[in-house]
Amino acid sequence: MNPTILDSVVIKFAGDSGDGMQLAGSLFTDTTANIGNQIATFPDFPSEIRAPQGTVAGVSGFQIHFGTTGVHSPGDAPDVLIAMNPAALKANLSNLKPACTIIIDTDSFNKKGFDKAGFEESPLEGDLLSDYKIIEAPITSLTKENIADLGLDNKSMVRCKNMFALGMVFWLFNEPLDQTILFFEKKFSKVPLIAEANIRTIKCGHNFAETIEALTSSFTVLPAKKQPGIYRNITGNQAAAWGFLAAAKKANKELFLGTYPITPATDIFHELTKHKWAGTKIFQAEDEIAGICSAIGASFAGNVAITTSSGPGMALKTEAIGLATMAELPLVIVNVQRGGPSTGLPTKTEQSDLNQALYGRNGECPLIVLAASTPGDCFKWAFEATRLAIEHMTPVILLSESYLGNGAEPWKVVQMDELPEIKPVMSSSDDTDWEPYKRDSEKLVRQWVPPGTEGKQHRIGGLEKKDGEGSVSHDPMNHAKMVQLRKDKVAKVADFIPLQKYKGKDASKLLIVGWGGPFGILFGAVNELQKEGKDIAFTHFNYINPLPSNTAEIFEKFETILVCELNDGQFANYLRTQFPQFKFEQYNKMQGLPFRVDELKEKFNTLLEAMMQKV
Amino acid sequence: MECILKPKDFASDQEVKWCPGCGDYAVLNSVKKALAELSLKKEDVAFISGIGCSSRFPYYMETYGFHTIHGRAAAIATGTKLANPDLSVWVISGDGDALAIGGNHFIHVVRRNLNMNMILFNNEIYGLTKGQYSPTTKRGEITKSSPHGTIESPFLPGELALGAGSNFFARVPDTNVKLMTKTFIDAEKHNGYSLVEVLQNCVIFNDNVHESITSKETRDDNQLVLEHGQPMIFGKENNKGIRLNGLELEVVTIGENGVSEADLLVHDAHTESLVLHSMLVRMKLPEFPVAMGVIRDVAAPVYNDELDAQIAVEIENSKFKSLDELFQSGNVFEVK
Repeated sequence: MNPTILDSVVIKFAGDSGDGMQLAGSLFTDTTANIGNQIATFPDFPSEIRAPQGTVAGVSGFQIHFGTTGVHSPGDAPDVLIAMNPAALKANLSNLKPACTIIIDTDSFNKKGFDKAGFEESPLEGDLLSDYKIIEAPITSLTKENIADLGLDNKSMVRCKNMFALGMVFWLFNEPLDQTILFFEKKFSKVPLIAEANIRTIKCGHNFAETIEALTSSFTVLPAKKQPGIYRNITGNQAAAWGFLAAAKKANKELFLGTYPITPATDIFHELTKHKWAGTKIFQAEDEIAGICSAIGASFAGNVAITTSSGPGMALKTEAIGLATMAELPLVIVNVQRGGPSTGLPTKTEQSDLNQALYGRNGECPLIVLAASTPGDCFKWAFEATRLAIEHMTPVILLSESYLGNGAEPWKVVQMDELPEIKPVMSSSDDTDWEPYKRDSEKLVRQWVPPGTEGKQHRIGGLEKKDGEGSVSHDPMNHAKMVQLRKDKVAKVADFIPLQKYKGKDASKLLIVGWGGPFGILFGAVNELQKEGKDIAFTHFNYINPLPSNTAEIFEKFETILVCELNDGQFANYLRTQFPQFKFEQYNKMQGLPFRVDELKEKFNTLLEAMMQKV
Repeated sequence: MECILKPKDFASDQEVKWCPGCGDYAVLNSVKKALAELSLKKEDVAFISGIGCSSRFPYYMETYGFHTIHGRAAAIATGTKLANPDLSVWVISGDGDALAIGGNHFIHVVRRNLNMNMILFNNEIYGLTKGQYSPTTKRGEITKSSPHGTIESPFLPGELALGAGSNFFARVPDTNVKLMTKTFIDAEKHNGYSLVEVLQNCVIFNDNVHESITSKETRDDNQLVLEHGQPMIFGKENNKGIRLNGLELEVVTIGENGVSEADLLVHDAHTESLVLHSMLVRMKLPEFPVAMGVIRDVAAPVYNDELDAQIAVEIENSKFKSLDELFQSGNVFEVK
């Protein structure tokens, strides 16, 4: 039987939060990346560690989009759904592609499971699933039967069932098992029994899929055409951590992380704790405030200092960010955004902390704001945030998103010698007229003179500083001058960043504007419409404050500008204050979920049609 | 000890702006003397303060200084010390700054035991905001924010510190420059977090708050100045002492009721046991004199030493020698 060749496929593993769906998804991603597909992933899990078993609230999902071309996002809706229980089916029913293949563990499809999921009767009977292709497999019982002779307890046997499902999916897409087998051999080298149980279960699932008649054909997705080089699969949080390691090295300084755990930012912290070998100093503080304060203290003492958090933690750090601005010390503050306000949606994605990043401090308190836009480019933006903080002596807020931090994609491994040097603004011993707040004329930055430097003892702090001298000053005209200087210093950064680019040089009707995490999905949607010959262009922002100096030149080329973001229009409002001469239309989504390509295309088409009718 | 720098060399060019008669002046002078006696270099010392009258302290020292935000000095100092463990780092804080808004940082910085010093200026009142009660204000006190008397029980800083795991706790009155200087030197020499509570007078909003302890007339009878290895003797006539009676301390007079010096407790600042240290910290007027000097000075693992040791081990044992090796490790694949 020859496999059908597909361009790209979306699959989703869904089950109880204890069912190992994240692991099954990650292992599938690793193998898929390794055979050279384009991939994008999106873990979607509840904030409860183990919500009541079998309920919709407790469903954990892992979505993978992989293909030869056109993979710019984790995909709108699955072509293949693995539903380990009725709740997993229920949670995903509203978002499936037509003719989706659904693999079901029939062992959990019983009265008890239906009750917990809120099905009044079996969803397998009746018309509910008639549009879909259902593959029924007694996954739990076959898993147990297959490894019964190993002498494991019931719980340990049941725990292997995710690997049965994974084995089936590997067969379905003609992918090899060897990498996953190797993973278990390594991971459980000290408990070979567990390794064997998992390996036998994957093979059993694979064989089962091959044997049953329900799976009439398998599919192949050909490797993507990529730039030559070494690649690896990477999540946004891991990439950010590595970007900071690289930046500290390029600045020839030690890296200091002061932080407090918070979803979904904690994995940056976890990753960095593994790299004390690189001289990295990690400090788990007693709270969010101490996290940033310790980083400010470390920056004062000459370390490359960072702190990581999410919205609620950022709120607590606010006063300290003001101190770093006043003290004019380099500091990177990462906000891996989640749904808000308050505790909000801790495990869901949103872009609603932009106003907080831009304006959320007392006084006139400008700072640099950057946003990452794919899991892999979190490396680049962590590096760039650090470069700008150090070279411009200012705090920088780097906005990431849950969707980026937890999502993964293949990342072309960076070589250290490809990266630019970062040049701290240090004082030299022959600088005889040095003063703590003396500025260079080019960037308006003061020098970074850490304690230990002989002959340059000085005092800094949160009170207003006398221009140049740096002593405390309450003089009215001095304050006015310092407010202006701090503003100009950040504005001048625009001279040291690249110009804004856009895609669609021939277009003049509709410009799609995005920033941060929705990049892939927006790009995909615009790309498809451009292929259809529509008059549409796309520009995506990573430098938020200051904006690239040519931004207005791009905007003025278009009849209509549509700003798409996962909030109630915060970037659109920001653009209105920066460029009152243009009209900005909005497209917003606040569901804790990423955009979908289909909904974007529909919106863009509607706008384009309306514009045509006007003509 | 050879002094390379004189105390006045540690004075900055800034005019000191505390109220005339403020207890902070004596602390400032004592610190300058201590630094000179310790032969520290100006550039190797950092004073980090929060907000409050006493937190203006760094501006007056010709060392590095950081006047930060309310309550956070200990957290900021933690980062400074970890970034450069060779610095002599001093946290400057008051009873409001350290024990109210900064209370969380206070207990954790004590527990963590970095090698830093903290001077806690305790005047039992908020001065900079003009006279509200603080977490150390005695129950029933009338203040701007408690016109009918406070209905809160105060913290006893020493008790809170020992409860949080303090390994060095000392108490000094702002009227005794000699004892303050000696105690600051002991604090700097102790490897770990050294907390020195200064009973400090606020001449404007809480004048004479410590008067019964510190006045010339009463201080000898009302203070027990502790010294490691010495019997606990005090009093104008130097004839009173502290004895253990069952599970409680008691004040006795040498030569009365058959009491001799041999019956008195001998101060052991280095014992790990908290039993006597806690009792000493809690002694209060009028039944007891107030304990001064170094009450507790115990060796314990030091956070910054242990962090540096972990980093050294990791550097030695890591399978990675460069970031390129890390980036290309594990599951990588080549596209040709």
